[in-house]
Amino acid sequence: MVTVYEKKAVDERKIGLSRRELLKRGGAGALLIISGSAVISPEHAWGLETSALKPETMATLIQVARDIYPHDQVPDKYYAIAVKGHDETAAKDPAHKELIEKGIAELDKRAGKGGYRGLGWEEQRVALLTGIEKTPFFQAVRGGLVVSLYNQKEVWPIFGYEGESYSKGGYIARGFNDIEWL
Amino acid sequence: MAASFDLNNDGVVVIIGSGAGGGTLGNELAQKGIDVVILEAGARHEYEDFINDEWDSFAQLAWKDKRTTSGDWRVAKDFPNLPAWIVKSVGGSTTHWAGASLRFQEHEFKAATTYGKVKGANLLDWPVTLAEMEPYYAKAEAKMGVTGTNNWPRLPGNNNFKVLKAGADKLGYKECHTGNMAINSVERDDRNSCQQTGFCFQGCKWGAKWSTLYTEIPKGEATGHLEVRPNSMAIKINHDASGKVTGVVYADKDGKLQEQKARIVAVAGNSIESPRLLLNSESSKFPHGLANSSGQVGKNYMRHTTGSVYAIFDKPVHMYRGTTMAGIIRDEARHDPSRGFVGGYEMETLSLGLPFMAAFLNPGSWGRSFTTALDHYDHMAGLWIVGEDMPREENRITLHKDEKDEHGMPIADVHFDDHPNDEAMRNHAYSQGQALYAAVGATRTFPTPPYPSTHNLGTNRMSEKPEDGVVNKHGQSHDIKNLFVSDGSQFTSGAAENPTLTIVTLAIRQADYIAAQMSAKTI
Repeated sequence: MVTVYEKKAVDERKIGLSRRELLKRGGAGALLIISGSAVISPEHAWGLETSALKPETMATLIQVARDIYPHDQVPDKYYAIAVKGHDETAAKDPAHKELIEKGIAELDKRAGKGGYRGLGWEEQRVALLTGIEKTPFFQAVRGGLVVSLYNQKEVWPIFGYEGESYSKGGYIARGFNDIEWL
Repeated sequence: MAASFDLNNDGVVVIIGSGAGGGTLGNELAQKGIDVVILEAGARHEYEDFINDEWDSFAQLAWKDKRTTSGDWRVAKDFPNLPAWIVKSVGGSTTHWAGASLRFQEHEFKAATTYGKVKGANLLDWPVTLAEMEPYYAKAEAKMGVTGTNNWPRLPGNNNFKVLKAGADKLGYKECHTGNMAINSVERDDRNSCQQTGFCFQGCKWGAKWSTLYTEIPKGEATGHLEVRPNSMAIKINHDASGKVTGVVYADKDGKLQEQKARIVAVAGNSIESPRLLLNSESSKFPHGLANSSGQVGKNYMRHTTGSVYAIFDKPVHMYRGTTMAGIIRDEARHDPSRGFVGGYEMETLSLGLPFMAAFLNPGSWGRSFTTALDHYDHMAGLWIVGEDMPREENRITLHKDEKDEHGMPIADVHFDDHPNDEAMRNHAYSQGQALYAAVGATRTFPTPPYPSTHNLGTNRMSEKPEDGVVNKHGQSHDIKNLFVSDGSQFTSGAAENPTLTIVTLAIRQADYIAAQMSAKTI
């Protein structure tokens, strides 16, 4: 079972520092922490617990997701939610688990010392992804992501999309023709 | 009160499909006192059940049964098992359509004569003319409440339309307005007027957009002569030794095979399912499928030359607010071979929500080139190109050799190669669309590839001569007198206009013909 939990739950876990493994994330330099079976963002107060995939794999997968569909204004949490389905599928399907674990391992290998997440520039990581974009691993990650990222209602306002409108009476009195700059 | 007919009642007209063709034909016949059973593959969702959410609505309404694709069209690469974006639900694709209701132009009924010999195209004139169709077009417009006809006002323009109109003015286009839409601009027919909600493709929750689901079908049911049987997937049409059709075998809601006897059968399952059913009804008497002595069943598949142009501006647009297809430019719909292609195209505003924009803007694309487009989603405007494509024999629906559906019926393969004329037209339209938005100050434009086909046409085409096509000018099959085709698969050529109005028009006309033939006891 994969759960993405909010601040309160993270606090309650009282994760021991000794068990923390600090993992540098490229670019912005924010931190994702691996603790036991969880990926945790202490700064942004969320965590993601894995059941089948290694938490390190999930942390890398979150970075891969951001590198595939980079939106600087979208927090990591939503990328984590977008890829957690791979953990759920991996728990039921050993072949999927292998696809993801091997795919991430291959990326780490190609990245050299420090692994995929150790590459500081998005361009470096994108170059690696471009090298594997025909693989079933990449196709599975990208194909799933285009729905699981953009179909989260919580990210819509970030893009200025208002979603459902029937319950509000449509836009007939709410700006369907409010353009002023033409 | 809706009727309920016995499976062995062989006096009924059985219609397969409840969309623009089938739903309209069913009501028109019922109004004349003729007993009708409509077999609809999908479930019945009333309009209050529709969902203002693109993926959830897709799950509710779309025809998702597996199909395969082949050919050089990009849809085959991007959506290999989803060649068409159409509906499996009572009301068919009239739940999903945008509402654009344009009459065909006179010359489009005479495509072969007007365009001359086009290499690699199987052009043919329709066996009907615009003049013959006009009285029935008028009936269809009155039935559907088409704006800009019968003194019904046009809809107000939304933001997306205003951008289109500003661009049209800059380019010097003359015919740009909010369209002829089968969407109530005023309350009429016991239905609401448009509330500018958006989500036209997801089913109109106000019932303002015409759909057979809440117009033709309940009106037909009220006569006591119409039964709509949902969750009933037609598998095979049976015939007797003389070659007359006698009934339709279908899988019921539990997957159990039933046969509804029939006096007349009308096929209206859209241009992929209709030929699939005729081909699957092969017998020792008709070894190539029903109504297929010409060999044309499944051939000449058309999907309109389509594409979209989206544009980003430095200021907000909010294109998704209001009607999805909020306006049109008709200037390019003329036939003018000096542009490098025959036939013409319409430019119609279109918008997608964020989830579908991500899926359709440039399928398969990733990285910053793609995501920076979505970053400005609320600054986007968009239009859709819909133009006449060339019928080609090799563009066709066939039965898959190996793969079968849950009922054991071979799935459909959809083969499509773009004709050079289609490509030339699409490129012209991309240029015009990009120029239009640039003229209003767009900072970036996107020539967006075609979506899975919403206009599926031509696979049982009408022809004067039996050797050239499948049905005559009334949609009656050349081979079997009591077998009709009642959907867009009858189209001899595609024209530039959205097809629904013409499908409805043909269905009204066909109902008169069927009733007359029944009275005369010729069928």
